[in-house]
Amino acid sequence: MGSTDGIQADIASEIEVDAFRRLFPLRFYERHLSESVRPDARPLNKARDTSVALGAVSSADGSALVKIGHTTMLAAIKVEVMTPSLDSPDEGCLGIEFNMPPICSPSVRPGQTAELAPVISKQLSDSILSSGMINLKELSLISGKAAWMLYLDVYCLDADGALFDAALLAAVAALSHLRIPVVSVNDDGRVVAMAGEHVEGKSVREPINREKRKLTFSCIPFSLTCILHQKYILADPTAEEELIMETLVTVVLDLSGRLVSLYKLGGNLAYNSTVQDCVALTRRRVKELHQILNEAVSDMEVD
Amino acid sequence: MEIDRADGRQPNQLRPLSCSHNFLNRAHGSARWSHGDTTVIAAVYGPKSGKKTNENPKKASVEVVWKPNTGHIGRDEKEYEIVVKRTLESICLLTVNPSTTVSVILQVVDDDGGLLPCAINAACAALVDAGIPLKHLAVSICCGLTESGFVVLDPTKSEEQSLQAFTYLVFPNSFRSVLPGSPLSVEIGPFENGIITSTTHGVMSVENYLFCIERGRSASAALSEFLRKSLTKWNESNS
Repeated sequence: MGSTDGIQADIASEIEVDAFRRLFPLRFYERHLSESVRPDARPLNKARDTSVALGAVSSADGSALVKIGHTTMLAAIKVEVMTPSLDSPDEGCLGIEFNMPPICSPSVRPGQTAELAPVISKQLSDSILSSGMINLKELSLISGKAAWMLYLDVYCLDADGALFDAALLAAVAALSHLRIPVVSVNDDGRVVAMAGEHVEGKSVREPINREKRKLTFSCIPFSLTCILHQKYILADPTAEEELIMETLVTVVLDLSGRLVSLYKLGGNLAYNSTVQDCVALTRRRVKELHQILNEAVSDMEVD
Repeated sequence: MEIDRADGRQPNQLRPLSCSHNFLNRAHGSARWSHGDTTVIAAVYGPKSGKKTNENPKKASVEVVWKPNTGHIGRDEKEYEIVVKRTLESICLLTVNPSTTVSVILQVVDDDGGLLPCAINAACAALVDAGIPLKHLAVSICCGLTESGFVVLDPTKSEEQSLQAFTYLVFPNSFRSVLPGSPLSVEIGPFENGIITSTTHGVMSVENYLFCIERGRSASAALSEFLRKSLTKWNESNS
């Protein structure tokens, strides 16, 4: 190895930075890491700029557009009335789907589902449902007869690393933007929307739920993906970093600091101390993300 | 700290393990692995020439096909495929046969909890059987956390449903020094303290998760001993 390193060093002094980055990507990164900085001028443990915009899709009942660096996710929720299953007559249902259309990355071919899409989809529904963020009983309208079905779709518009983090933030933001519409039961016993009727003050039919309402969240999950490379931990990787250094760890924590999910697929070994470091980084990130989300929600309410 | 388990096991007692090798004629390597009633058959074909596009041409690739015992292939099965694929890629020496593909087919025979760990153990035994170059072996285990905060190992399906949280962990197997003259010894070095793969379901505190890792790791020594014994036995009967 020593001799090839030597050759690379010789070449390094002669060729341009861009060429070096393409020819020896790992070495290029390692040089940066040894100076505790990343090629986009971030320190190792800092996440990229994050923004949340609520209500991006006007036809949906709740929606959000989230950007983490260049990674862009659009989440939208559509609500529908359904008949609850016999096993859980008092509960509504939440279906989560994650889509990676060919627009998001050169590695996704049209007509084929991206390899990662079903994994992220599963991770999203696991994190949101198992964290107990949503009380499914709250989605019930008439026990055994009618309940809300929420369809939450997350679209990846630009895949530049840390897809799960952005998808989870988008899903959570869309859920906090969601307003459950007012409905009533008509003479045929069917549940219909009460468009405008309640505004006049005297409605013909008794509404089941009084007003457009928000869901209450018992806790909110947030996540951070880290790359492990040798002794370094890089928070919030870009797509280029994910391609070069393969060991990814995703930690999902809720606001009270409980572990919702710790997801690591193969790669180099992770030791206890590394796991704890990743959890500590995530704790800090959860506070940041919570603040960003709160600001977006309060901006929305002022409008 | 006594907790009752439906089948009368101790909290950190595993279900009976069984493993048989090379019972499929056409496959280059095959294995059947059982944890109690959970059984998975793994078949390995390869290395075959050619591979999917968009992948590193300097490395071999691993392809995993998951066949459920009933029903269609859904999101869960797709996720299992990726988890097994990434785990196997990290234990295979991918640079030995560049630009080739190893296919691993996993057929679920019976699912009674801990399906993914069972499949990973089966796949690992089948890779050895097929003679695919590996860095080391991997052993996988399921650790569950009960409502009262105790850790139970290798829960059955009915136990899994009543657990507060559970996690599937994959550890590297313990090394054994084979230096001539020195007694055979199993050393626990810093190497075994790492985890290769972790997936979790349900909410738990970080301390409990680390506790699960610790308990899983101590049980993984027994698992890797079992794997090693069954491989040696098969080797001897074969030669």
